[in-house]
This record gives sequence, structure tokens and C-alpha cells, in this order.
Amino acid sequence: MSVNRQLCTFFLDGLYFGVDVQKVQEVIRYQEMTRVPLAPPVVQGLINLRGQIVSAMDLRRRLEFSDRPVGQLPMNVVVRTEDGPMSFLVDEIGDVIEVEEDTFERPPETLHGLARELVQGAYKLKDRLLLTLNTDRAVTLATDKKD
Amino acid sequence: MNELDSVVKEFLVESYENLDQLDRDLVVLEKDPQNRERLASIFRTIHTIKGTCGFFGFSKLESLTHVGENLLSRLRDGLLLLNPEITSALLTMIDAVRKILACIENTGQEGDGNYSALIDTLARLQEPPEAPKETEKTKESAPEKSETPAESPKSVHPADGANAVSANADGANLDVRAQLADTKVAVEQAQAMTKRLGEVLAESGVIKREDLERALAQQGAGDQRPIGEILVEHGAAQPQDVLQALGAQQESKATAVSEGNIRVDVGLLDKLMNLVGELVLARNQILQFTTTQKDAAFLSTTQRLNLITTELQEGVMKTRMQPIGNVWNRFPRIVRDLAVACGKQVCVEMEGKETELDKTIIEAIKDPLTHVVRNSVDHGIEKPEIRTAAGKPAEGRLFMRAYHEGGQVNIEISDDGAGINSDRVKQKAVQRGLISREQAARMNEREVQNLIFLPGFSTAERVTNVSGRGVGMDVVKTNIEKIGGTVDVQSQMGVGTTLKIKIPLTLAIIPALIVTSGGDRYAIPQVSLLELVRLEGEQVRKGIEMIHGAPVYRLRGRLLPLVYLDRELKLASKSSSAAQETINIVILQADDRQFGLVVEWINDTEEIVVKPLGKQLKGIPLFAGATIMGDGKVALILDVLGIAQTAGVVSEVRDRHLGQSVAVGQESKDALETLLLFGLGSDQRMAIALSTVARLEEIPTKSVERADNHEVVQYRGDIMPLMFLNRVLPGASAAPAAAEMLQVVVYTEKGRSVGLVVDHILDIVETALTVQRTGQRTGILGSAVIQNRVTDVLDIPSLLGAADAMLLERQHEHIQERQQERQHERQEALAV
Repeated sequence: MSVNRQLCTFFLDGLYFGVDVQKVQEVIRYQEMTRVPLAPPVVQGLINLRGQIVSAMDLRRRLEFSDRPVGQLPMNVVVRTEDGPMSFLVDEIGDVIEVEEDTFERPPETLHGLARELVQGAYKLKDRLLLTLNTDRAVTLATDKKD
Repeated sequence: MNELDSVVKEFLVESYENLDQLDRDLVVLEKDPQNRERLASIFRTIHTIKGTCGFFGFSKLESLTHVGENLLSRLRDGLLLLNPEITSALLTMIDAVRKILACIENTGQEGDGNYSALIDTLARLQEPPEAPKETEKTKESAPEKSETPAESPKSVHPADGANAVSANADGANLDVRAQLADTKVAVEQAQAMTKRLGEVLAESGVIKREDLERALAQQGAGDQRPIGEILVEHGAAQPQDVLQALGAQQESKATAVSEGNIRVDVGLLDKLMNLVGELVLARNQILQFTTTQKDAAFLSTTQRLNLITTELQEGVMKTRMQPIGNVWNRFPRIVRDLAVACGKQVCVEMEGKETELDKTIIEAIKDPLTHVVRNSVDHGIEKPEIRTAAGKPAEGRLFMRAYHEGGQVNIEISDDGAGINSDRVKQKAVQRGLISREQAARMNEREVQNLIFLPGFSTAERVTNVSGRGVGMDVVKTNIEKIGGTVDVQSQMGVGTTLKIKIPLTLAIIPALIVTSGGDRYAIPQVSLLELVRLEGEQVRKGIEMIHGAPVYRLRGRLLPLVYLDRELKLASKSSSAAQETINIVILQADDRQFGLVVEWINDTEEIVVKPLGKQLKGIPLFAGATIMGDGKVALILDVLGIAQTAGVVSEVRDRHLGQSVAVGQESKDALETLLLFGLGSDQRMAIALSTVARLEEIPTKSVERADNHEVVQYRGDIMPLMFLNRVLPGASAAPAAAEMLQVVVYTEKGRSVGLVVDHILDIVETALTVQRTGQRTGILGSAVIQNRVTDVLDIPSLLGAADAMLLERQHEHIQERQQERQHERQEALAV
């Protein structure tokens, strides 16, 4: 039998996304951020995660979606990366759900832009599609220094 | 198998440490070949490695250390005397052992290096084996100091507690073994080793006596394997028991040295450090909470929590501190090898080995320091014949000094070698197009010497296989600057070169100035901070002038380029509005240039914990990291050098710097002098050498008293005469209306002080001083042009001689009398 995958889900601009639950360190509500002047626009700021300084990346901007409406506070999905923790700013948090591998499909042709690069594929749930995000790719910006 | 791995790991760590110690010991020993204690310690180390690797079955390592051990035992017994050839061979052996160990660490195997040549050399260096009995005699008569009462008379390693084997059994087995092994000492060692392990096992009841004896007999009959292995094969003991016994055996050896120490993984320390950071934050939040509470018990508990947390934080910080000696200890060996390779004689002296630095900094300065040391030996110190011809001792001296000063650590590396040849440096720099011919002609000695730090600088003919291999002094400089330090070189042709490195104590926690710009707080490391200037009212509009669009501020007559932080950070600019009431300028030092950073608000200074930024933000040159403030919010740490470079201050000021040196260069080629500038009256400028100034004081006019027809003040429990310069100097302008505070320059000579009253203190400058005699006025050495102004240089001794020498003399006598009186009293008291 195929091993079922557990995904931590969240919403972004009306779309339903998931990342592997193993990669998620924690989910926290909105944190006050310190902006970083001159930083790439996707980096919204720095948050203090119990003494550790974590960069917060706005996934809407990363995926080149429109900006979040003013006044709507994002949630933090803190993921583990090679570089230590990193926070994704998302609209809303969903449940942790279990998906069956045979419902997985490559990204649909209709998905374009940067999203196509970062979305691994979709799980066809009963009522909607769950897009899975490649977190390693998402945290790596083209402008990053290769060191 | 895992268990064995961890034992092997332990063995590796311990062996590495021992090998480092060996390097040092051997170099010391070369100087003092008779030092038996050192020899014995070297011998023990090699012996331990040999014994242990025998157990693990590392045959190559064993055979190598075996010959080394033989050679060492001969040295120790006085049958051979250490000479450079033997030292070199032994050092090569240590390197080979290191190589094998590294191989074991990486692959678990010994690797396929061939060391037979080295083994042959080592074997050749020892004399043909002596008859066992003779050796024994020599050894027994050898003056071995031993305080271990349990030691057997034949024992070869004093202080080795595990040697407490019965002399009886020792002797009984000796006869059998002597015929089998090549040298007597090796047999004794091997036997002592097996016997001990067997003994340990037998004593702990793991194996039976009979089993042990059988195994020993088998060994005696030619089985070269270690006893542990034989026992395991016989089924008399379990592998883990043997390992345990081996561990116990090693432990008993180690306790003597490291009783008070344990090894801790650095990762664990880092984790602890992070946890303490979190604790500090939690504490801060609780402290904020207490302001709304009135419960006395709660308050006192928080107070306790507060204190304990602070102490804990300090303690954990301390665990990360390491003495600089940890890096320096490698140098005697490096210097020795280099010196031998270049045919030079160099002795290394160190001072301040115990100076402590954060581990990360220790790591960071390791390579730059090594490079500097190599340079000194390779380029600095001359060959013995050249040195003797120049009237210096044949042996060169490399002196390393480390000390704390003002929250920083200073490291000086000096040699008494040839020094830097400025002409050649200039010539090379011009050749390589680093500076123009005109620039070169204008430069003074110091500037030329600092050219060696330019990237791409190398005097090609000096490239050897030792240094000059592409890693230049510019890399040294960059690496030091990366950790917030500075490098400076001073050299005198034919006398020597001194390299001065200043580095912060720790990277983890640094004092910083907190400023606000664009509504956010930023931290500026205090090391780069020179002073703060606040412009108010009228000054706001007048203080800042523009040179072709570039804002500048006049700081004591010098133009200081200004950089607006909010503009550099591309923040919504508030400070540019003309309606502002105050302007705050933070004067910073970047490299050797100064500039003013205009910020919105200056908050406070704080000790901050430096945290790195994520990789998405590493590319921004303006930030050095981030930190968490007391209220739990994040603030960015500014990179002063990065700001200077981004704002273009660097190149701009460099030109200015060269421009300044035109004037200086024409005036004189003398060494720079630091002068204190002060003013008399409205326009007269005076200078005295800062080295003669003890302190600058402000003394209320009211506290001036009169004694012996002289103005005096009580100063630090003594009476200090005052000298009003505007009265005693001929031709000085009249004193201005009496001020409330007197500006006093405390001049000290031979333990006597006199206060020179001046009108205002102007500045401290470093400049080459050329005094031109302008008339023979008493108390004035002459005049010089300093900061483009004519300045009189004071001659205080003559001034004092003319005016107040008598008083000083009297004061001095008075003190002496008092001292004599006191002495008398003391003597009388003693007599009673």
C-alpha cells in the first residue's frame, strides 16, 4: 500500500496549498515584524521566534500573486530549511490532512508564471485541488548569493 | 559496532590533542635536549597511541609509532642526544601519524600511504640495540623523579599510575620476551601494556586468572596480537568488557592531567547559548510584567530570577572563551619548520598567551595570524650571516604579545628582521599600477608601509614556496576586518617590523549604540563609534554645508562627509525637512576614514547579542546582522564599513587622505607625533606632545588656593602647582574674563605634576612635526604649521626651569622629606 502523506495546509489568494508536515516546525499567528530596508520585496521582515531571528517571506509576493488586502494580517507557517527556520506568510491556516498518493497529478497546464516553478503538483481532493509547494525552491531567491 | 566507533573517536580526539602537545614539546626540547620530563612526556604520548592503535588493529600506525617509540626511549635513557636531524624525523613522524589519524577519521581505514622510508630513517637514527642488562642499569641510574609510591622500580613512565604492576610478575615475563622482540625497551613496553590490560580485566573479575595466564603464554610464544584480542578469541572475555577495561585504563591515566576538565561538544555550547538567550527574553518579559504587580513574594522571586539569569548568561559566555594560546601553540612548530627550510634561526617568544577570546574569533584569526607569522620568518628575519654582518644576534626573534585594552584584544607580532623596504614597496606598487608615481612620491613612510595591505600587492622576487603564494596581506586585512578588527603595520628598515591587530573580544555580544531612523531602531557597533554631535537651533541650518551637493560638517576645522542613514536605507525621508529642530550626527570610523552618519534619534547604548541574517538578506552590504532588543523586537545591526562603501565615503576620503599627505610629506619625513592642541586667548594656538600629558582636567576656579605665593590646587591627594600659560608666556594675549572652570593640562615629569592652565582645548592630532625657530622666546620650542595654522610648540622643561622649577623642586623635596619621615616612623615602629 502506498504510504499516505500528511500535509499542513493553508490558503493564499483563494488557492489551497499544502507543505509536507515534516517540514513545518510550527504555525503561529501574526507576529510583529521588523522591516529590512533594501531587502528583496518578498522578504517582509524579521520576526523574533523565541530568541531566534527568522526572516518572514510573503508567499503571495513569492508566487507573484496580488498583495494581501490592507488590514488583513497574515499567519506564519515556520518551515525548516537547510539554513534554519524560515517563516512563510500566508492568508489563513487550514487543517493537517492526509492525502493519498494516487490522487496526485503534475501541475495543470493552466498554472503559469513563477507558481508553476514552485508548485510540485496537485492532490485531487473531493471538493477541491490541494497544491503542494516546493519549500526548498521557495526559500531560494534568484538573487541569493551562491556561497 | 557503534560502541567501537565511539571509542575510536575518543582515541582520535585524544590523539590529536596529544600530537599538538608533542609538536610543542619537541620544539622546546630541541632547545633544551636534557629536559627529561619533556622527553618522558613525549615518550608517554607516543606510547599511548601505539598501545591503543595496537588494540584497534591499526598495524601501520603501530609499526610507525613503534620505531618512533624506540628512538624516543633511547633519547630518554640518555643513549642518544637529540639533534636537529632526529627532531625533524620525529616531527615528520608526528605528521605521518596525523595523516593516518585523519584517514581513520574519514574512512575508518589507515589509508594506503607508504611510510617505510620514514620508518627506515627513524630506525637508522637509533643506535644498534644494547644488551638488556646494560640498558636497565643506565635506566635505573637515570635521575627520574617520581612521586608515585606504587610504582615499580623498573617503571619507565613516572606519574603513570597504571604502572602499578607487581615487579615480580614483570621480571618473570621479561626473560621469555627478551629473546622475541628486537629491543628490550619495546618488549617492556608491550609487556607492560598487555599485563596492565590483563590485570585490569582480571581484577574486575571479567576473566579468570587462568585465562589471563594462558593468553599471556600464547603471547609469549610469539603471538603478536594484543591481549584483549587473544582473550576475546578464547572466549574468555566479551569485546565490550575489553573496551570497558581499556577505557578504565585510559581514564586512570588521564585523570592526573585533566581532573578538573571535561570535553564538551561546541554544538552543545551553542545550543546552551541560544537557550540562555531565550531565557533572557522570557526574563525581560516577566520583568515588564512585574511593574503591574504588587505581590512582594512575586517581586522578590523575579529579582532572583533576574540575577540568576544574568549570572547564567555570563557563565555560558565564559565557556565560549578560549585563551589565544590555543592558536599560538601551533606557531613554534611552524616557525621551526620554516626556519629550518629557509636556513634561518628564529626563537619565538610569547606574552599574554592566556588572553581570552571568543571561540568564533579564535577560529577566524587562526589563518591570518599564521600568514603573518610565516611572512615574518620568510621575509622579515634575515639569514644568520646577514644578521651577524648587521651586528644583530644570529638568532632572529619573533615576539608575539596579546593583551586586553578597552574592550578589545590587541595582538602584536613583531620581528627584529630587515623591516619593510619602503623604496621597493613603492616601486612595486607603481609597477603594478596600484598607485601613481606622483602619489608614491608624496607618501610618507607609514602610508607606504600600509601599501602592503592593498589587494594585488606582492613583491614578486620575494615569492618563495613558503609564502607569497597568492594569499596576500590584503586577505589578512579583509579577514580581520570581517570580524570587526583592524590591522596596522609599523616597520623600520634594518630594525624590524611590528604588526598590530585589534579585534573585538567577542562576536556574540557586543556593545552597540542604538539609533532610530525612519521609525525603526538600528544598532551600530561601538567599536566604530568615535563621537556624537548634536546640532540644535541655529546650527541646524548653518552647521551643514554643501560641496557640490555633498553635505559636509566642520568638525574642529576639518570637513567631515555626511551620510544620511534614511537615504542610504531608502526610507521615507523625514530628516531632510528644513523644519527639523535638531540633527544628530554619529561620527564613525570606517577603515582609516571618518564620516558622520545622520540619524533621526540617538537612543542609548546597549549590549546586544549578534545574530546572523538569513541567506535571503546576506547580500545587503549595509547590515552586519540582527539582534533582539529588550522589548523582544528585532533590530538590524549596521555594517559601518558597508555603509561607508555604499555611500562612497571610502574613495572620497582616500583622495583627501592622499591630499593631506602632500602637506605632511613636504614638511618632514619624520615619524608621526601625537600632539595636543590648545588655544590661548582668541587666536593663539599651542601644541605639546601628548605623551607628556598625564590628564586633562576641568578645575573650578573657586578651588584654586595660594601657597608660597603660587596658585595651587589639591589634586589627587597632593598639591599641584598651577601655571597660567597666558601669564608666563611672553607675548601671550591677555587672559579673558575669569571663567568658572579652568581648563588644566596636567603635565607630569619624573613623578612631579604641574597644571598648565590654558584657555581652551582644541584637538588631538597626529602629524609629522617640523619645528621652525621663530625667535628665541623662553618656553617656546618654535613654531610649526599644524592643520594649516601656525602653532607654537611649547618647551615645558625650559618653561618650568624659568618660572617654577624652584617650586617643583620644593614640592619634590617636601615629598621626599615626608617619605623619609614615614620611613623613620616605620623603622621606629618596627624597632619597638
